[in-house]
Amino acid sequence: MKFDHFARRKLKSHVVTVLAGLTVVAVLYPLIDIIYTAFVHGGAVLFQLMFLTSRNPTPCSAISCATVGIAPDIEGTVAMVGIAALISVPIGVLAAIFASEYRTRGIGRVVSFTADVLSGVPSILMGAFIYGYLVLVNPSLIETAYTGGVALAAIMIPIVTRTTEEALRTVPNSTREAAIALGISKWKMTLRIVLTSALPGVVTGVLLGVMRAAGEAAPLIVTVGFSNLPINSVSTLNGPAGSLPVLIYLFAQSPYSNWLSLAWGAVLFLLIAVLIVNVLSRYMIHRLSAKMAGAG
Amino acid sequence: MSQRRVARWPDQVFFVIVILVAFLVIALAFAIVAILLYNSQQSFRVFGWAFLWSTTWDPNKQIYGALPFVVGTLLTSTIALLIALPLSLGSAIFITTVAPRWLRAPLGTAIELLAAIPSVIYGFWGIWVVHVYMDTTVDPALQKYLGWTGAFSGTYTGFGVLTASIILAVMIVPTISAISRDTLAAVPAAQKEAALSLGATNWEMTRVAMIPYSRLGIVGGIILGLGRAIGETMAVLMVIGSSDRLPTSLLGNGSTISTLIASELLSNNGPLQISAILECGLVLLLISLSVNVVARLLVWRITKSAGGAVA
Amino acid sequence: MPETKLRVEHLTAYYGGKPAISDISLDFPDRKVTAIIGPSGCGKSTLVRCLNRLHETGPFTNVEGQVLLDNEDIYQLDPVRIRRRIGMVFQKPNPFVTMSIYENVSAAMRFNGRHSREETDRAVTRSLQQSALWEEVKDRVDSPATSLSGGQQQRLCIARALAANPEVLLMDEPCSALDPIATAKIEELVRQLKENYTVIIVTHNMQQAARVADYTAFLYIGKLVEFGPTEQLFERPQDKLTESYITGRFG
Repeated sequence: MKFDHFARRKLKSHVVTVLAGLTVVAVLYPLIDIIYTAFVHGGAVLFQLMFLTSRNPTPCSAISCATVGIAPDIEGTVAMVGIAALISVPIGVLAAIFASEYRTRGIGRVVSFTADVLSGVPSILMGAFIYGYLVLVNPSLIETAYTGGVALAAIMIPIVTRTTEEALRTVPNSTREAAIALGISKWKMTLRIVLTSALPGVVTGVLLGVMRAAGEAAPLIVTVGFSNLPINSVSTLNGPAGSLPVLIYLFAQSPYSNWLSLAWGAVLFLLIAVLIVNVLSRYMIHRLSAKMAGAG
Repeated sequence: MSQRRVARWPDQVFFVIVILVAFLVIALAFAIVAILLYNSQQSFRVFGWAFLWSTTWDPNKQIYGALPFVVGTLLTSTIALLIALPLSLGSAIFITTVAPRWLRAPLGTAIELLAAIPSVIYGFWGIWVVHVYMDTTVDPALQKYLGWTGAFSGTYTGFGVLTASIILAVMIVPTISAISRDTLAAVPAAQKEAALSLGATNWEMTRVAMIPYSRLGIVGGIILGLGRAIGETMAVLMVIGSSDRLPTSLLGNGSTISTLIASELLSNNGPLQISAILECGLVLLLISLSVNVVARLLVWRITKSAGGAVA
Repeated sequence: MPETKLRVEHLTAYYGGKPAISDISLDFPDRKVTAIIGPSGCGKSTLVRCLNRLHETGPFTNVEGQVLLDNEDIYQLDPVRIRRRIGMVFQKPNPFVTMSIYENVSAAMRFNGRHSREETDRAVTRSLQQSALWEEVKDRVDSPATSLSGGQQQRLCIARALAANPEVLLMDEPCSALDPIATAKIEELVRQLKENYTVIIVTHNMQQAARVADYTAFLYIGKLVEFGPTEQLFERPQDKLTESYITGRFG
């Protein structure tokens, strides 16, 4: 009886192996397809000379139409993500420092948990709640780049907090103890020594948060809207601004062929940026943990 | 340990700053709930609890009900989960038990890259690739072979609830897969060797020693994936067809709470609509928070993926 | 010497490119207890893990040589079959943590097609009796395996291994995590098991080897130094190294 079943069992194991392999193929197929499609449709557009530096073209559908550029949208994204980073990085890092270095208080774990929970809040709700707040308090602030930046900051804060906390945890306690033994004050130890050791991890986390914010359209749709105008001065931030993701969304089904091409170019641009930063930061974290394992 | 050191004033100031910021983060969480709650008042006064199961959403008549969107959210998320589940578990099992060691990290990274792609790009791909394929191949086949179930009736355009669910599934696979992978990889060698030493095949070892051990983590990952699907906006918005009515067919148009907010919050139909939309947002927030809290309690610190790119 | 059940021929096993055992040739007699002794790191565990082909499941491992079970080289056969015939008990008890006592013991049976509830009951009872655990758990076979003490868990693992109907039972320092009373119980068990099984037991405790084993092999830095009937090895060792180890001059 034992040998009757044996062949069947091995067959089952092989079948499972094959099925599992198929699922991997099925899962990776969209990744490859998205990258491929983006290159096929957006490649020619993106690699035009002035694509990244020209203003949005006027809409038209003839073959000779201009298909450059996306400068105002890049400027808008950079401006709003910049505002978001300026707000969220200090807050996120300081909150993470609290959760990690002042851990003896139970509140530290509450902060950790809150950051985790906040990271699961849908980004559209971050935009919606800011909208809801401004509608009551100061409606004129809606549809300004500042508001968009704040919405993106709300999204970035939990990311920066969590990744910074994780990075701080990898710093061995012996480092802190050595600093205390030398009589270094806590704030100096935390900032100059612990944070500095954790810096690569923190920077990687911030980069990933930035890329995430750069790709978000939903919160911007309800707080900023969209605009074709370039951002040439800080005062422009008081009005609506273009951004890459919203551009992609709005032009995705445009009846104007040159606007559609523009969108493809923007898709490819955003995709490349996101993937490169992601792969690079993974690589950096990998190198970092190898180094720490060697040194620790 | 540090009691003997005198707390000098820079340390005290630093502590105050740090704890204030920490409270700020906690306050943010409360603020989100509070503001949405406050803004929902008007709608609640007008419609009461019936708002939650009312199916009429008519800006012209200023009558609003949340059900079409709640149903849309739950329907798309559930279908997405059903599709994503076998794919995620299968790939997790492949990576942890079948794949040669050198292939494991690259495969894992590749899957996690899917999580890094912005939602708009998924939506764009949904419009220009998936919807076409659905319209020409999948929808007609479903209508032909499974039309008897009644779930695939009516005209189809390639956009709709099913298309949105499929794209959602692709988006949540990395979340579920990564957590399942981490959990499976954490199964102690002793458990695996115990199964092997009894003469178990690879699959039997996985089935008997690894999966039961990882139950909690895998379920946590699934719930986390569900949480992600519930809140997704752009990709769904671009392919679901945006209808304000209860969906009657998986091939037909629909809406979710998040697509409602994105598409109608800035329309100028008066404060009552805004209040109704934000009340729907509150519902979404509560669903999302509960799901995420449950998931976090199950998976607390099992996730250690780089930079939180997974969740 | 009695018949050979398991013959090792020129076995070398690598770990990370370096040999953990080199050129070992050894005959394990049928239905006797053979102990493998030696100082820490001498390769005892590696040797035994090569006997049920568990060694090769680790990273960066390699095996050269032959291991013949009833004159068939196990490295030419399917490892799944081999592990059914050569069972193993580990240093630290490792019952399946999510399963009950009953489920643990019947685990091997569940791999092999469907058996009726009565058949499984009988097999479980028999195995638990063979491992001297039955009396202690017969009223609670459905309780979690983790509710047992360390010594009981180890006997559970023995029952689990026996339920698979092996011909050879490998025991890798089975008592090192246990207290003296539990150890004594297991040693008694080993003496009974040899009626039906060929037992190979790795131990760092020479007195244990003297108590339970019919034959003993002494390993040192990956090589086989001496092998023979236990009494002879301990009282009239042929190799100087063996003598030094036994008299406690090192290890």
